[in-house]
Amino acid sequence: MKLAATAGGGLLLGFHGARAAAAEPMILDANAASAALDFNSFLAIAPNGTITIFSPNPEVGQGIKTAFPLIVAEELNVDWKQVNVVQAPLDTKKYERQVAGGSGSIPHSWKRLREAGATARVMLIGAAAQRWKVPAEACTAQNGMVLHKASGKKLSYGELAQDAAKLPVPQDVKLKEYKDFTLIGKTYKNVDNQAIITGKPLFGLDFYREGMLFAMVQRPKAFGMKVKSVDATQAKAMPGIIDVVTFRNNVAVVGKSTWQVKKAREVLKVEYEAEGALESTADHNRLFDELLNGSEATVRRQDGDVEAAFKSAAKVVKSEYQCPFLPHNPLEPMNFFAHVREDGAELIGPTQTPERARGEAAKYLGLPPEKITVEMTRMGGGFGRRLAADYVMDAVEVSKLAKAPVKVIWTREDDMTAGNYRPAVKYRFEAALDAKGNMIGYKLRGVGINAGNPTREQNFPSGAVPNLLIDSVEHKSPITTGPWRAPITNFLAYAEQSFLDEVAEAAGKDPVQFRQDLLEQAKKTPTGDVKYDLDRMIAVTKLAAEKSGWGKKKGPDGKPLAQGFSLYYSHLSYVAQVGEVVMEKGKPVVKKIHAAVDCGVVINQSGARQQVMGGIVDGMGHAMYGNMTFKDGAPDQSNFNSFRLIRVNEIPEVEVHFVNNGMDPTGLGEPALPPTGAAVSNAIFKATGKRLYKQPFVEEEPFKGIS
Amino acid sequence: MALFKLQINGRSYQADVEPDTPLLWVLRDHLGLVGAKYGCGIAQCGACMVHLNDEATPSCVLPVSAIGASKVTTIEGLSEKGDHPVQQAWDEVDVAQCGYCQAGQIMAAAALLKRKPKPTNEDIDATMSRNLCRCGTYHRIREAVKVASTKLN
Repeated sequence: MKLAATAGGGLLLGFHGARAAAAEPMILDANAASAALDFNSFLAIAPNGTITIFSPNPEVGQGIKTAFPLIVAEELNVDWKQVNVVQAPLDTKKYERQVAGGSGSIPHSWKRLREAGATARVMLIGAAAQRWKVPAEACTAQNGMVLHKASGKKLSYGELAQDAAKLPVPQDVKLKEYKDFTLIGKTYKNVDNQAIITGKPLFGLDFYREGMLFAMVQRPKAFGMKVKSVDATQAKAMPGIIDVVTFRNNVAVVGKSTWQVKKAREVLKVEYEAEGALESTADHNRLFDELLNGSEATVRRQDGDVEAAFKSAAKVVKSEYQCPFLPHNPLEPMNFFAHVREDGAELIGPTQTPERARGEAAKYLGLPPEKITVEMTRMGGGFGRRLAADYVMDAVEVSKLAKAPVKVIWTREDDMTAGNYRPAVKYRFEAALDAKGNMIGYKLRGVGINAGNPTREQNFPSGAVPNLLIDSVEHKSPITTGPWRAPITNFLAYAEQSFLDEVAEAAGKDPVQFRQDLLEQAKKTPTGDVKYDLDRMIAVTKLAAEKSGWGKKKGPDGKPLAQGFSLYYSHLSYVAQVGEVVMEKGKPVVKKIHAAVDCGVVINQSGARQQVMGGIVDGMGHAMYGNMTFKDGAPDQSNFNSFRLIRVNEIPEVEVHFVNNGMDPTGLGEPALPPTGAAVSNAIFKATGKRLYKQPFVEEEPFKGIS
Repeated sequence: MALFKLQINGRSYQADVEPDTPLLWVLRDHLGLVGAKYGCGIAQCGACMVHLNDEATPSCVLPVSAIGASKVTTIEGLSEKGDHPVQQAWDEVDVAQCGYCQAGQIMAAAALLKRKPKPTNEDIDATMSRNLCRCGTYHRIREAVKVASTKLN
């Protein structure tokens, strides 16, 4: 931990890495507020009492810029209204894991942030106790003040900051009990609300600087093609155009405004030639069947004797589920600013992984990483797309070649057609049931296009089935793929939870009861490792069933309401959902989705609810409408007129219930999304008698005839 | 290039640009008004929504040469202090996740309420379905439009 007093009397406190004990106090120079950003700090206290809390992780809409400082403020014992939140830039010496991804920020930083706040509180109390010559135990801290109850004395944190900074940094400070939290668990607004609602520059695309040039990049129209020749004569003659540069397989037009470079790009003459397979969706469909039936596969998990189980089965259920490629489509397209100089580089823009961006830039430029600064802007969504640094490198390479500060802007068409994508996958599930309807055998094969391992072999129902085989096959393709919100599970959960519904039906059991029986069996007689918490799975299952009135409600036609159940554990959180569907004009309409969520402690009610509701809308929207297809390596969809995103008139009512069990919190950016597809598909089955084996649902039989 | 005189947020501006330059890029690249966002460039997402004579209009497909003497209002000029009833409602309901689409949503909602101060649920959906929110904040968008409607009185 680092500690420092500013010349102005402010206190700065932060961590170097995980080990609080590894560092010693240091003195900072003047200009508390601006200097603070240059130092490794989670918080700064100015003499006037203003408390600045630095949020090191990128803000992508997951609410981390509100949640992180709240955790520090909780242990610091300050009034949230006193707190000023500042986004910290990339600084790997001062912070760890400055990443927005994997719903991992909260579980990683929960204890570290609390320690930062609590350590400062103990020191401020210590400074007051010294000044009053009373024992520290006789003093308390609240609302940014230290109090001595016996004498009625009190001093503000601002008045104490300078003295506190001179004290030794205490080790192993006592953190608050869950029951003593006063800030965590209440409702807080997004700290950037005012800037957002008044249109202030916040995002990467909003970054402008005097003398900055603009660039757009022409990329191959199809995956598997490369540049053969470039004729930029006409483009260079267009108004405002400064330069045309070629790098990798790209041609960049550099000029004085966005519109000018866009128009000049349209008159570039670039010839391409094939350098790899030019694949079409029809090829992938054929390939999926070949791979599902092939003898070669990578075994991911094997328990018991699967072949024997299927031989002895009274009943076998077998189904295949398929999901298409999906673009991420954050509403702010890819963009980045880079200013490459001889001795260093400045990078500014939206990134979920600033350290990766810096690393790739350093490697390309042949500079040490410390010569490159990365400033993170608020991101207009990411959904995993901004975990990659390809678009950052566009800016770095163009800036180097054009020898100028440059902002590279992707159009929506660039963003949607130049990758990367959620991989397309297909699954084959098989279940063996004994005469009593117990699932005694389970097989899953996942095949995917650049999907790596499209299974999650440690997830439910692994551990609950005595004989199990999970394997996978990957096809390598020129079509680039990458993590997409809740990678793999965003489609696996739909397929698995839809299939389990089929198995429950074949077993003649209620879908909720069927899952509960499996979970109880895993508790009683687990098979192999169980890498998820069975009690938490059971608790969310019960809560969702109870809150949705599972099996007890009537639909508008007086018959039992068509409900579909889904349960999924991902990214350390547990989520169960119940979808409700009614038929309108002969078509199924999703009316409501209930969600029961166990993410441990809820830090901010407003933000947490938003993540769950948004995740459900996202999950349903893409399951219903999302489809990206290819013809000879080129995407068929390129903008929102051909790629359909869910709109406000298409959302169901959503009701969210948190378990709030006081356990350490886990992330929420992703876990609410995976279960939604099956909550919808299983409810549609109840309403129509038809299973949905393929996404997007809207192209399947129950929806035929409507778009 | 040609010189265009524009009335934006009650002020006069000049921009020396190609006549086909969309208003969106004039605002952003030339006038320093970045509240209207680029999302699709083909009037499908609503992130670039501004008011043209009080009517919500996508600025990404509106050539600067077509504006003439029309009055343009951007999110920056919706209110002086950021306290238009719709802005207040967006804050109170805590609508934004990433926030990128919200200026466009607010402009769309403000134009709706000007036209129809007491919109029905159907009115809200019909108007607001022009605007995409990739984060899926639609529930709160609906709620915030209703909250804003109550503030108009």
